[in-house]
Amino acid sequence: MSGLEDLYREIILDHYRSPRNRGELDSPPAVRVEGFNPLCGDEIVVYLDVDDSANGDAAVVTDIRIGGQGCSISQSSASMMSAAVKGRSIGEIRDLTKSFKSMMSIHEEGLDAETEPQEDSAGAELKLGDLEALRGVVKFPVRIKCATLGWNTLQQGIDETLS
Amino acid sequence: MAIDQSEVEQHVPGEFDVLRIKSDFPILSRTVHDKPLVFLDSAASSQKPRSVLQAMDTYYETINANVHRAAYTLAEEATNAMEAARSKVAAFIGATDANEVVFTKNATESINLIARSWGVANLEPGDAILLTHLEHHANIVPWQQLAAERELEIRWIPLTADCQLDLSDLDSLLDGVKIVSLTSMSNVVGTITPVRAIADAAHAAGAVVAVDGCQSVPHMPTDVHQLGADFLSFSGHKLLGPTGIGVLWARKELLEAMPPFLGGGGMILDVRLDGFVAAEAPHKFEAGTPPIAEIIGLGAAIDYLNNLGMEVVRQHEVALTAFALEHLSNRFGERISIYGPQSAELRGGAMSFAFDEIHPHDLSQVLDQHGVCVRPGHHCAKPLMRLLGVGATARASWYVYNNEADITALGDALEAAGEFFSF
Ligand SMILES: Cc1ncc(COP(=O)(O)O)c(C=O)c1O
Repeated sequence: MSGLEDLYREIILDHYRSPRNRGELDSPPAVRVEGFNPLCGDEIVVYLDVDDSANGDAAVVTDIRIGGQGCSISQSSASMMSAAVKGRSIGEIRDLTKSFKSMMSIHEEGLDAETEPQEDSAGAELKLGDLEALRGVVKFPVRIKCATLGWNTLQQGIDETLS
Repeated sequence: MAIDQSEVEQHVPGEFDVLRIKSDFPILSRTVHDKPLVFLDSAASSQKPRSVLQAMDTYYETINANVHRAAYTLAEEATNAMEAARSKVAAFIGATDANEVVFTKNATESINLIARSWGVANLEPGDAILLTHLEHHANIVPWQQLAAERELEIRWIPLTADCQLDLSDLDSLLDGVKIVSLTSMSNVVGTITPVRAIADAAHAAGAVVAVDGCQSVPHMPTDVHQLGADFLSFSGHKLLGPTGIGVLWARKELLEAMPPFLGGGGMILDVRLDGFVAAEAPHKFEAGTPPIAEIIGLGAAIDYLNNLGMEVVRQHEVALTAFALEHLSNRFGERISIYGPQSAELRGGAMSFAFDEIHPHDLSQVLDQHGVCVRPGHHCAKPLMRLLGVGATARASWYVYNNEADITALGDALEAAGEFFSF
């Protein structure tokens, strides 16, 4: 089952088995947002504590918790996300989200071996770290929404924090 | 006119030769990931036999023309072929009058038609609609939309632990209800509902009864009068027919009194600057050019099923369901839990289950590598999912072209998935 090993990398299964930052935060003060994948019924709840003594993009996510239930891809992606964004500023998280989403989108050039990689992709990969393991998901297009569910929910939470 | 395909594949009535049936379905000879295709998702959409595909090709190759609106030979043949299919549908569900059969796009449109036409004409603020906890979103959302506009109350028949309808409070639930709309067979847990008993109680309480027959009509004999139904909706694509064609059957008096749903060509007797006169049913409800090829394909699908015999189709389903219940629970014991009624007689061949605490989405991904198609998700029945306390289930469902070997293949693939995810 070679294809499956691309999807279910060991680190993904590890985050699925022992999800990081699982649980709840008191809301308020924490921001609480829910995300749904209408296709498969997955639900993710993201709790964010934001230190907004700094303004806008400089505000820092001091704590994050993940609730809800879903498949290994949505759960592990959210778990890795929580580890990656905790302690980061909104601006950094925005960049990270962008890098992750661009890894998850099926660009034409990704299917075309002759195209040069996008100029910022090396930097993005560095920052993504463990999240790189999710790259294989792109080969299973129906699962992309699973991988991005946590991130879209996080985005919504950040938008709410800023508004 | 060579549209009647009933001679293409003659099966000996009463003799159910699944291998022979499989060979009638071209798609079943393909492979997936180099494994033979084991198709266990017929509750979502069935495969199509060659005779259905040929009937549609023959239509396009020999008589293609718009219906009802010309005097030339092709148009007349097209109209005749379409109306012949309407008669086949009527006979298939025990309707006495083919004009009680309205062609729609799918069951969803059929139910929306009931809500938008009958519902708008008959429901007043404060009236109640009775649904069940088993329903597909197609039989929930149209009523919620109408209820929000008209200040209607929606009530729900609850379920027992094994997902059968709990009718202990039926009489009080029916008080003030104008329409009961319910599935005759659950697409998630297979439950066959006691439509007749509910219809009798509903009629006594002055309500009409709409039956969502999407799952039961393809899988067991149907007689609208025995069911006690006032409306029956189903889709062609779950019944060996093509997509894009659905059916609404309704009692003639109801259809005659109901206002048109969509307006346009084909549904009028006359149009003047100051208004229109609607055609008679069923044409009143069939605005625009109908899906002629798909209607003819549906007719061919019904021929195919009639040839097998719907009693025998049901017997096969009961036998296969009993085998699946036994095989999977013997093989996996506590590792598998199968939702819904545990007796094959009480259910159809749509079987939701949980396995080894593997998320349904992951499970079906691994099963796919073995060529086994099962569906993960909420199956368009989120209220039922909430009741089951899960976000999703894996669902295997079978039909005339499945046999015990397919169920065993499912078991083998589950075994492999269990190993893959054994932590
Ligand atoms: C019980 C039931 N009702 C309604 C529907 C809706 O059918 P369609 O999508 O063909 O309109 C389905 C099919 O998914 C079903 O299983």
